[in-house]
Amino acid sequence: MKKTVFLGALTISGLLAGAAAAATLDDVKARGKLNCGVTTGLTGFSEPDASGRWEGLDAAVCRAVAAAVLSDADAVEFVPLTAKTRFTSLASGEIDMMARVTTWTLSRDTDLKFDFVGINYYDGQGFIVPKALGVTSAKDLDGATVCIQTGTTTELNLADFFRANNISYEPVPVETDDEAAQQYLAGACDTYTTDASGLAATRAGFPTPADHVVLPEIISKEPLGPLVRHGDNDWADIVRWSLNALIAAEEYGVTQANVEDKAASSGTNPEVNRLLGTEGELGAMMGLDKDWAKRAIAASGNYGEIFERNLGVNTPIGLARGLNAQWTNGGLLYSPPFR
Amino acid sequence: MLLSDTRYRSYTFQFIALLCLIAAVAFLARNLMNNLEAAGLNISYSFLNSASGYDINQRPIAYDSQSTHLRAAIVGILNTLIVAVLACVTATFLGVAAGVLRLSNNWIVARLMAIYVEAFRNIPVLIWILIIFSILTMSLPAPNAFRGDDATSSMLFRAFAFTNRGIYTPLPIMGPGGWLVAGVFVASLIGIWLFRKWATKKLFDEGRMIATFWPSVALFFIPALIAFFVLGMPITLDYPALKGFNFQGGLQIRGSLIALWLALSVYTGAFIAENVRAGIQAVSVGQSEAAASLGLRPRRIMNLVVLPQALRVIIPPLVSQYLNITKNSSLAIAVGYMDITGTLGGITLNQTGRAIECVLLLMAFYLVISLSISTVMNLYNNAIKLRER
Ligand SMILES: N[C@@H](CCC(=O)N[C@@H](CS)C(=O)NCC(=O)O)C(=O)O
Repeated sequence: MKKTVFLGALTISGLLAGAAAAATLDDVKARGKLNCGVTTGLTGFSEPDASGRWEGLDAAVCRAVAAAVLSDADAVEFVPLTAKTRFTSLASGEIDMMARVTTWTLSRDTDLKFDFVGINYYDGQGFIVPKALGVTSAKDLDGATVCIQTGTTTELNLADFFRANNISYEPVPVETDDEAAQQYLAGACDTYTTDASGLAATRAGFPTPADHVVLPEIISKEPLGPLVRHGDNDWADIVRWSLNALIAAEEYGVTQANVEDKAASSGTNPEVNRLLGTEGELGAMMGLDKDWAKRAIAASGNYGEIFERNLGVNTPIGLARGLNAQWTNGGLLYSPPFR
Repeated sequence: MLLSDTRYRSYTFQFIALLCLIAAVAFLARNLMNNLEAAGLNISYSFLNSASGYDINQRPIAYDSQSTHLRAAIVGILNTLIVAVLACVTATFLGVAAGVLRLSNNWIVARLMAIYVEAFRNIPVLIWILIIFSILTMSLPAPNAFRGDDATSSMLFRAFAFTNRGIYTPLPIMGPGGWLVAGVFVASLIGIWLFRKWATKKLFDEGRMIATFWPSVALFFIPALIAFFVLGMPITLDYPALKGFNFQGGLQIRGSLIALWLALSVYTGAFIAENVRAGIQAVSVGQSEAAASLGLRPRRIMNLVVLPQALRVIIPPLVSQYLNITKNSSLAIAVGYMDITGTLGGITLNQTGRAIECVLLLMAFYLVISLSISTVMNLYNNAIKLRER
């Protein structure tokens, strides 16, 4: 028994040993690889394709950062994490950054000692039910059995929603999205609730997606974004501006196809020139070279291209841009200026 | 030379070893504190008093999302104890039966038990938990199948429903005087035990055999039944019935509990069976032969001669099996059973980010539980061990 306690203490102190190391950029460069935390598999956000290559909106953010920092978009070690293991993994230094459909909340930003660097998907929590159940509103779910991933914001929102509406439910806690889908399809729960984008992605993987509907209520705000450990501001800046580069690229019409041309010589738009390093020294301000953003964009294209390829209306998931359109198109995506 | 003095030498070495151990622990503790400080974290248990914000399905005590994290931890502790106690009891019955039968003269029975032991002992318990859980969720009907006129499933005796969300059974509801009936029942159980003790004593002292079976049966039923009817049937049954999405009323034994309970029982039962077999084989054959030559029947030989002696060999390893069950019950999270690892060590840890605090509490809990089990079992062991005269 003594031994167990001892080993436990050993594990914990080992767990935190890495947390102190400050200069993540140096670590990543020395390693030659970016350790990026992603989901265990969520279509459209981060999932290995048939050849084992991680694809998705979150995976693309990891690649953009790797391209900016290491000049190699494929120098990424994707670390699959469940909702429950993700924060320990980031806090311990096992990963350098996380892009894992993680909601930006105050307590995660402060108490858990992380820094969210931006938002790459504006989401909200929804419910999916079999059409046969005949439910048309989440408020009709009184007494229902609900599959819910533990360790998520959605778990807390669920409790709040049912309490606020004075109805009851029975939670069935699950660890991963796959497990939830399995339980839901077996009828062990009446409904599954998580981020609406996640529901769309999960539904796309069902044998007969048309038999299931996502209920109209969106019960929470789920701004999903990449995050890093608190305390290394230089590293946070790099991840933040890599994401901003993808968003700004869409706004200014820089695409995967034309980025090489535009970066070859300075053009008419000074903002694009500064973004692509043909004007000014923005890269050097972050400790990177002047081509950093060019490589980040070349990795998988600008935000719009990444969105359309992984989540857009022409994919099985079929999500409209909605809130995730550029601010110029009535959406919320808005990169601060490159200046 | 002092060094050649073995007594002095061994003390010195032990002392040095102790110093090294203390130094190592101190180093780790300091490392932990420094790193915590560097990361801007501190050790604080104040989170235990804030609202947990999450719901738990199996609640032995009143709990909702406004209750504190501490209460969530207590719910988890109770759930751990529930599954551990259930599994210890069934594993013991299974293990004793399988261990005894494995030595049976009946070739088929002995083989079957050998297969049971080998199959269950050699596959990790986590796999068993998952297999049983999958079978439950995949093969049993959803509550929906019980609905309507063309229902594809129906309740057993109109009282039991087997669904992929668990088994629903009638629940006794205690009216006024109900606990009195329960008290009478417990008293008659004690009565049975005393009666059997007395009968054994008579047998040993005077060689007179008293039939115990029918008096025991009578004691079991009659006083409780009399109390039940005299007090005007104060205990009623609440039957489960399909309402809305689920069965309501009655007692729900969730699939996660069943999977965990069964898996821990059959897995640990296989180990206990081997302990029992070893215990029985440790009693020399001469004893059984002597008993047989006195004209005792095989069952009596087992109960009167072999098992009482075998118990002394069986109990110590049995303790570690009970400890194993309790610790293995922390695999509960695999099927979403909300034990202490699922509440305090899972959701609370995750939502508050207080990893160190939660893990320390968890370790303390398992330590206390394990030490308590050992203590109780050691007391029992001391009570039955050979009295040397
Ligand atoms: N946004 C929520 C929930 C994130 C979450 O875990 N989402 C699920 C379903 S959309 C997921 O990504 N599952 C994939 C996995 O299990 O790895 C949070 O940050 O707490």
